Amino acid sequence: MRRSLLFLPGNNPNMLINAGYLGSDAVIFDLEDAVSPAEKDAARILVRNTMRYMQLDCEKIVRINSVDTAYWKADIDAILPEKPSLLLLPKASSPEDVIQVASYMDEVEEKLGYANGSVGIMPLIETALGVENAYAIAVSSSRVKALFLGAEDLTADIQCKRTKEGREIEYARTRLVVAARAAGVDVYDTPFTDVNDDEGIVVDAKLAKSFGFTGKASISPRHVEVINSVFSPTLAEIKYAYDVIEAIETAKKQGKGAISLNGKMIDAPIVARAERTIAMAEALGIERRDDCE
Amino acid sequence: MSKLVKSIKEVVELVGLKDGMTVSFHHHLRNGDYVLNMVMAEIAAKGLRDINVNASSLFDTHAPILEHISNGVVTGIAADYIGAGVGRAISEGILEKPVQFYTHGGRASSISLGRTPIDVAFIAAPTSDPMGNCSGKYGKSACGSLGYAFADAMYAKKVVVITDNLVPYPLTDFSISEDYIDYVVEVDAIGNPKGIVSGTTKITRDPVGLVMAAHAAKVIEASGLLKDGFSFQTGAGGASLAAAKFLKDIMVEKQIQGSFGLGGITGYMVDMLKAGCFRTLMDVQCFDLTAVESLRENPNHQEISALQYASPSCKSAVVDSLDVVILGATEIDTDFNVNVHTDSNGYIMGGSGGHSDTAAGAKLSMIIAPMFRARLPIVTESVTCVSTPGQTVDVLVTQGGIAVNPRRKELADNLKSAGLPIIDINELKEKTERITGSPKKLNRGDRVVAEVIGREGNLCDKIYSVSKK
Repeated sequence: MRRSLLFLPGNNPNMLINAGYLGSDAVIFDLEDAVSPAEKDAARILVRNTMRYMQLDCEKIVRINSVDTAYWKADIDAILPEKPSLLLLPKASSPEDVIQVASYMDEVEEKLGYANGSVGIMPLIETALGVENAYAIAVSSSRVKALFLGAEDLTADIQCKRTKEGREIEYARTRLVVAARAAGVDVYDTPFTDVNDDEGIVVDAKLAKSFGFTGKASISPRHVEVINSVFSPTLAEIKYAYDVIEAIETAKKQGKGAISLNGKMIDAPIVARAERTIAMAEALGIERRDDCE
Repeated sequence: MSKLVKSIKEVVELVGLKDGMTVSFHHHLRNGDYVLNMVMAEIAAKGLRDINVNASSLFDTHAPILEHISNGVVTGIAADYIGAGVGRAISEGILEKPVQFYTHGGRASSISLGRTPIDVAFIAAPTSDPMGNCSGKYGKSACGSLGYAFADAMYAKKVVVITDNLVPYPLTDFSISEDYIDYVVEVDAIGNPKGIVSGTTKITRDPVGLVMAAHAAKVIEASGLLKDGFSFQTGAGGASLAAAKFLKDIMVEKQIQGSFGLGGITGYMVDMLKAGCFRTLMDVQCFDLTAVESLRENPNHQEISALQYASPSCKSAVVDSLDVVILGATEIDTDFNVNVHTDSNGYIMGGSGGHSDTAAGAKLSMIIAPMFRARLPIVTESVTCVSTPGQTVDVLVTQGGIAVNPRRKELADNLKSAGLPIIDINELKEKTERITGSPKKLNRGDRVVAEVIGREGNLCDKIYSVSKK
């Protein structure tokens, strides 16, 4: 389960040491934008040691530097041995970017004696070209487990103003969700960057969920609880999911082909969604309640 | 008759101060206070020696007292709190006799019982009339409540009001009344308003502090105490204030009306009063201007004395009716004993204040502290100083889990049922030490520099000098 992904600067020991206590499902240790060129090596060591020695109760992802820099191979050399679940690859604009990184990961994994593909890639789509190539990127390597939208760089690239309302990224959001779902991978929404706007984050997270994103990233621990809440199934959604499964089972017993619930047809995607909802509710320890609408 | 005296110098003559006597001060002007220094300068100028100073607190602004100690003018100190500046010199052994540390309730109680008699109380008053009816609510140096000064006024042999806002007789909205006052002195300024109260106390923005605050609010919600009639005290630290904010959200959403908010009052408690979370605020000390204004304007915001707040020898005290208190700690040990007097190197940098009083009185006493500060773990095998005994502390909230005192099994069960991350305090200590390492035991000096007096007058612990080895 990956509702919230929290960016933590790779060069900030006080934040790294508390990484496991901030409530996010995943942390993204950042070696890229948060770290100045002079501190790249120090951040690499700090992140490596945090992963090696700290027992963190959340998933660990690392944002390495992009393939147009001199740092990305050294990042992989340092980080891959610590088995992050994913590497977040910034400025992924084409399938070639991903393939280049995946090939190098093959080499490093072989040297380490790790199973090939043990660490996944999450391309960060933050260029106009990347948006247009989203599906090709998503299917470029079996390592790609999810797409990730980065709206700040994207809006700079498409030469428009980034707003809180986010009309300017509607196309990119839709395009990424469709591409990711077509490729059968997850998809994560860009952070809401005003850390003082407690209401804005609620609106933005709900919007992302309505687009179909799997979860949402954050640059502030203050946003984590809201994101977790928005991307958790509601009691009504959980009740509906159980109703769907019960309707399916009842229909099977009765030998019925077409199944309906509350007058609406139930088909395979609805059943799949119901199963995902129940799995998530169980993981979160939320019990079914029938007294909710 | 006239009680007005022209100067502090003159009043020091008039009250008949002699070598070996005890003078007292309150700390409502906090780090902006001028009065203690002005009075002690005149006492020194008069050539008096061997004076005991009984102050409800000493702040860094009172550093000139160190010179009086070096010169033999001051040879005894009693206080409920001593800031790091003066505290460091005490820890290094500047004073021959150990400092007597009281709690706010214990100090008032001891004064009222005559255990710590005061010869002359000097009361800084932001407003007074010529007969000594005085208040902290008005004037350029307004500090709000004068709660800690009541016992001094009521029981000292002589009482002097020192004010920088003399108003015509009678001041009707007084806190302390003329029947206790011997003399009134007008001065240019009793304090620096910037140091007296802060503009607005801010809740923490530190993510770890916010995680702890959210845990704290959930602990209160799950404790079973959060219902109509609920009463609450919290400190002025950033995480405590954030917990109050989260608690307010829960109370407003569930439409719970509490009975009272207690303590040092901040703007956040005033917000809770305005939002209908409490029927009243019981205020022994104002921490910010919002609280001062509320005390002045809102009849449901009530000033109380330290005796009523927390004295164990009064017929009743508000702390005994308190449901929940949120407190801090510099260290807490695996028996839940809490240190708020010294830092981890053994230097005095605080004091109990109302810590032990409220922990003893409240149905749920909660400590909020991070697992570590800088490189130092907060949970230790044994604290450097027992400020508040572990049997009065119920729960420790950290970012890495919530430890419940084994004496409160039913509370632990409630919190577990609510899905809160409960952890054994020993396990929490180990978990922290996996990150910080285990600190070396402190090499303390061989001199006792302070005695911590429990609220009932018992010796709770001794603080030793800091070894320079």
